[in-house]
Amino acid sequence: MKSLGNVRRSFAPWTDPKSVPYIRFENVTKKFGDFTAVDNLSLDIFEREFFSLLGPSGCGKTTLLRMLAGFEDPSEGDIFLDGQSLKGVAPHNRPVNMMFQSYALFPHMSVEQNIAFGLKQAKMNKAEIEDRVQQMLKLVKLEKFAKRKPHQLSGGQRQRVALARSVAKRPKLLLLDEPLGALDKKLREETQFELMDLQQELGLTFVIVTHDQDEAMTMSDRIAVMDAGVVKQIGTPAEIYEAPDSRYVADFIGSVNIFEGKVKENANGLVKLDSPDGFSEIQAVEDRQFETGQDLFLAIRPEKMNLTRERPTEANAASGEVWEIAYMGDVTNYIVKLDGGKMVRASVVNRKRSVENPIGYDEVIWVSFEPDGGTLLDR
Amino acid sequence: MNNMFRRLTILIPYIWLLVLFLLPFLIVFRISISILEYGSPPYIPQFEFESWSGFMDKVGMFNLDNYRFLASDALYRNAYISSVVIAFFSTMFTLAIGFPLAYGMARASSSLRPVLLMLVILPFWTSFLIRVYAWIGILKPEGLLNQFLLALGIISEPLTILNTNAAVYIGIVYSYLPFMVLPIYSTLEKLDYSLIEAAQDLGCTPLGAFWKVTIRLALPGILAGCFLVFIPAVGEFVIPDLLGGSQTLMIGKVLWTEFFNNGDWTISSALAMVLLIVLVVPIVLFQNAQAKATEAGK
Repeated sequence: MKSLGNVRRSFAPWTDPKSVPYIRFENVTKKFGDFTAVDNLSLDIFEREFFSLLGPSGCGKTTLLRMLAGFEDPSEGDIFLDGQSLKGVAPHNRPVNMMFQSYALFPHMSVEQNIAFGLKQAKMNKAEIEDRVQQMLKLVKLEKFAKRKPHQLSGGQRQRVALARSVAKRPKLLLLDEPLGALDKKLREETQFELMDLQQELGLTFVIVTHDQDEAMTMSDRIAVMDAGVVKQIGTPAEIYEAPDSRYVADFIGSVNIFEGKVKENANGLVKLDSPDGFSEIQAVEDRQFETGQDLFLAIRPEKMNLTRERPTEANAASGEVWEIAYMGDVTNYIVKLDGGKMVRASVVNRKRSVENPIGYDEVIWVSFEPDGGTLLDR
Repeated sequence: MNNMFRRLTILIPYIWLLVLFLLPFLIVFRISISILEYGSPPYIPQFEFESWSGFMDKVGMFNLDNYRFLASDALYRNAYISSVVIAFFSTMFTLAIGFPLAYGMARASSSLRPVLLMLVILPFWTSFLIRVYAWIGILKPEGLLNQFLLALGIISEPLTILNTNAAVYIGIVYSYLPFMVLPIYSTLEKLDYSLIEAAQDLGCTPLGAFWKVTIRLALPGILAGCFLVFIPAVGEFVIPDLLGGSQTLMIGKVLWTEFFNNGDWTISSALAMVLLIVLVVPIVLFQNAQAKATEAGK
């Protein structure tokens, strides 16, 4: 069976037309004065989904999250949670909790008081609160730090307190605003897996805002890539990565080479492009039909490029000069300047510890890729 | 070298305190245990170069009679109590007006804030005395306030405000308002608004979040403001003298009368010493509160 990459878990309610979305944004627009932060956006999120809103800063992703939490009201349109309109529902009346980017821990309260804060508001009885706080402390492994104040904790510990506080009330929906932004890389990776486990364990719906594509790719069931207040594409990480439907998405996620070309021939599921970039022609496997003469773009990831000293037999090949080499440990990234002048990225996995006579600077080599390696884009 | 420089810089405030606090304090204390005597200066004993036994005799003249007299006379006791009461309520009024002011300033747009801050500080450019005098013009029977209220038809007869305790309250609240606003503003300005959102997110009503987060975190500023108003207000002399009436009893005024009208340096020194003790208690409380706030780390 052929499939686009792997999926994190066999969970895909969005493919079932009968499933009812848990959260529904319906033609939501949000304006701040003249600035349109969110522009006529519609979006469905399903129960128990780990959903990421990914985009550059200012793309409206945080505004979407804040509208779900109730800190902003849509200028137009409506948001439904579990079938109920959220119009006019104050933040404290929503069954939603948020983990803030700054963590927003109460500086005058200890770790356990912070975690208990929401439970006290819910008028739970004392013993129950005590139980739940202990449970949460255990969950985030901060039992020993219960009496500390936030300023006596490290960044990673504060992040855990914020997380514990936001899940303590067992909200059905947890909103996370750049939750791992302040952590260093190693801690961030650890925490990503912890968040995923936690989401599974508690059976929550997570909506997370991030500008970090690795983070979104690692954790999400689906990702919505946003730009300037609109959703560019929604899909599983593999769909977003392997089948972007626009140059924006292809370029935003990971690195990519984009070649331009005019359709020369389009038959038997194969599109042939005339390319000005140094390829005699570009062939791409494609189901869709395009008109002859139409301008198209081919997006292809660096790891799908081959580098050889001899002219390869593959259809898509062009020669060029090695311009830059970056050794990353797991892979080596090359930038090759094609004869036509275009710079192309290629990644080669370092499968052996030592290579005899590796491709070096200024060498003239061949760059090639398979016809099914890239995606044709018309925008 | 560096170390010496450091010691020197520490020394400067100590010298300052020694010369401008401890020495005057000791002088006042010495007068307060002396005996009233018509002369110049108007108290004994006076020390000159003389025999050792004569010196000891004079030291033996020091006594606590002035303090006993203060304790025996209800006027002084009432003046202290009345001063503390007036200062306390003035502080509460100042807080009631100052907190919303500071809150509004802290929540104003960041471009507007320096202007608002300037407006709070601006009155300091005019002498305190002149500003209190100006209130006479506003509060007197034919003053601006009465004219205004009469013109609006709210009152039919001029209100008597000047030379009452009400005028003293108005004067103190007006004069000390910036000392309340500034420390509260500085704590509110640092307040991270996402904390309030977090409280609401966790189920607090907006009012609950205001109480549990905003007020709680502004507490060091509120305390600082209250002490900055209360402490000088207890010993306030100019405001009760200019705006208060004959029945306004404040220790500052009593002290002035004893010193300048009655020429009794010994009693007024004793009054000043007791006032200091009355004020040391809240000052120590204030220091403790500050230390605790610093320890809390924010």
